[in-house]
Amino acid sequence: MRTERVVLHFPKHLADKPVIVNLVRKFDLDFNILKATITPDEEGVMVLEITGEEENFQKGIQYLKELEIKIQPLSQDVIWNETRCTHCLYCVSYCPTKALQRDEETYLVKFDPQKCIACGICVDICPYKAMEIRLVV
Amino acid sequence: MAKTIEEINEKIRQGKAVVVTAEEMIDIVREKGVEKAAKEVDVVTTGTFGMMCSSGIYFNIGHTKPRIKLGGGKVYLNNVPAYAGYAAVDIFLGATALPEDDPRNRYYPGKFPYGGAHVIEELVAGKDILLTATAYGTDCYPRKFLSAYININDLNEAVLFNVRNAYQNYNVAVNLSNRTIYTYLGMLKPNLGNANYCSAGQLSPLLNDPFYKTIGIGTRIFLGGGIGYIIWQGTQHDPSAIRGENGVPKRGAGTIAVIGDLKQMSPSWLKGASIIGYGVSLAVGIGVPIPILDEEIASYTSVKDEDIYAPIVDYSSSYPNREPEVIGEVSYKELRSGEIEILGKKVPTNPLSSYAKAREIANILKEWIKEGKFLLTKPSAPIPGPESGVRFKPFSGKELKEEVGSR
Ligand code: SF4
Ligand code: SF4
Repeated sequence: MRTERVVLHFPKHLADKPVIVNLVRKFDLDFNILKATITPDEEGVMVLEITGEEENFQKGIQYLKELEIKIQPLSQDVIWNETRCTHCLYCVSYCPTKALQRDEETYLVKFDPQKCIACGICVDICPYKAMEIRLVV
Repeated sequence: MAKTIEEINEKIRQGKAVVVTAEEMIDIVREKGVEKAAKEVDVVTTGTFGMMCSSGIYFNIGHTKPRIKLGGGKVYLNNVPAYAGYAAVDIFLGATALPEDDPRNRYYPGKFPYGGAHVIEELVAGKDILLTATAYGTDCYPRKFLSAYININDLNEAVLFNVRNAYQNYNVAVNLSNRTIYTYLGMLKPNLGNANYCSAGQLSPLLNDPFYKTIGIGTRIFLGGGIGYIIWQGTQHDPSAIRGENGVPKRGAGTIAVIGDLKQMSPSWLKGASIIGYGVSLAVGIGVPIPILDEEIASYTSVKDEDIYAPIVDYSSSYPNREPEVIGEVSYKELRSGEIEILGKKVPTNPLSSYAKAREIANILKEWIKEGKFLLTKPSAPIPGPESGVRFKPFSGKELKEEVGSR
């Protein structure tokens, strides 16, 4: 099994074709659309999480390339939304890099983006959705 | 010399009451002793802010033209099912309700991005909420469908009504199995990977009045940023739980049911929560004032994290199977240090309730009282204490067939 997050750039003529559905139909891949937009020049940009067997995965990517869809790996940033944060400190010990830490006096959480490796653990577990993945496309 | 609530209220009105938080009271009693502290301090404020699943709201939308009777029909708020088994236009929404098309734990662990608690938060924030309803229609209430945006400002009554909040004490959850589990106390890594707890400890309301001597039915409180009241003991109230020599329970023990005007509340103190693999819950901010009537109460309110013990429970087996085993007991001081030792292993601890917010609530309540905006109440009736013999009983219904569920 392989899961990858990729950014797809669709040329104009493909924007209304069922390309992504074919990943499921033809290659038995699962997908999760993380973001989809149409740029002003009508190119489609889609951020996709694709999961499937390695062989199918390769075939699926090949299929997309043949359609002249540009594929990029995804880089991402994690941001801390202070207004949603309750400072429960729940995330602190799960963070592998100490990017999230507790202030010993105030018991408030401190986020250091420099230390964050965007592993996404806090994004999954923060009950208040105070940690968000921002996609750098 | 004992004080009365009337005397304290008179001082509050005159702006002369001495009000401190439960944290500050610890130092005052340490420095001056209980006797002097009881004389000098009039009110101790407490606070807690954590997920409290047995929360919900009810409201009345007013009558449509022509009329509709939602009672017996179906009602959804932003696609989340609400309870319509009242009369024509009264609706109840529970915090943990989920849209019917939420996949739940089918894709394990489920994400539970949106549910009743999020609707409550958005309603309180003044956002429009989509109400869709179907009804069967009667001669006096002919209408069968309703689809409309509603806003808290247009509702008649909108009331927060939580049947169990502010657990006096709570379990510390660990996982002895060899796979990660997802619980209402958070994600628990295998083989004692972490220990999760959920209490404001020394700031928590019922830990500062362990025998419910001042907290009772009718007590006015800080609730969700507004003013609310305790209206009953909470469900699962268990005053007979074992206690330490200081009277402080070492298990879940007491709970309260609370009510208050939702229109006064704020989304800062009522927050929708999504607990991965578990479901949706509502984080509620509660603050309870404790009148320092005598030395006994002064001494209770000086309780410290190191004097409060919580049981460590295995959520991979004992808890789901309702086995009574407790792995050990640990104080909130140890828990708050960030690491405890369990069965010879050093284990990191994770809080789920916000100590910083609990502190903020205790301070807000303190200001309200000092400014004379908030007077204390004398309970109209007590909530049952240990002497009542009230116990939290396990399920004893007669099951029709044996069904051992497992995930
Ligand atoms: S878990 Fe979420 S709400 Fe709690 S401290 Fe971390 S970011 Fe804030
Ligand atoms: S994404 Fe990972 S590294 Fe970054 S703050 Fe969250 S848990 Fe820490």
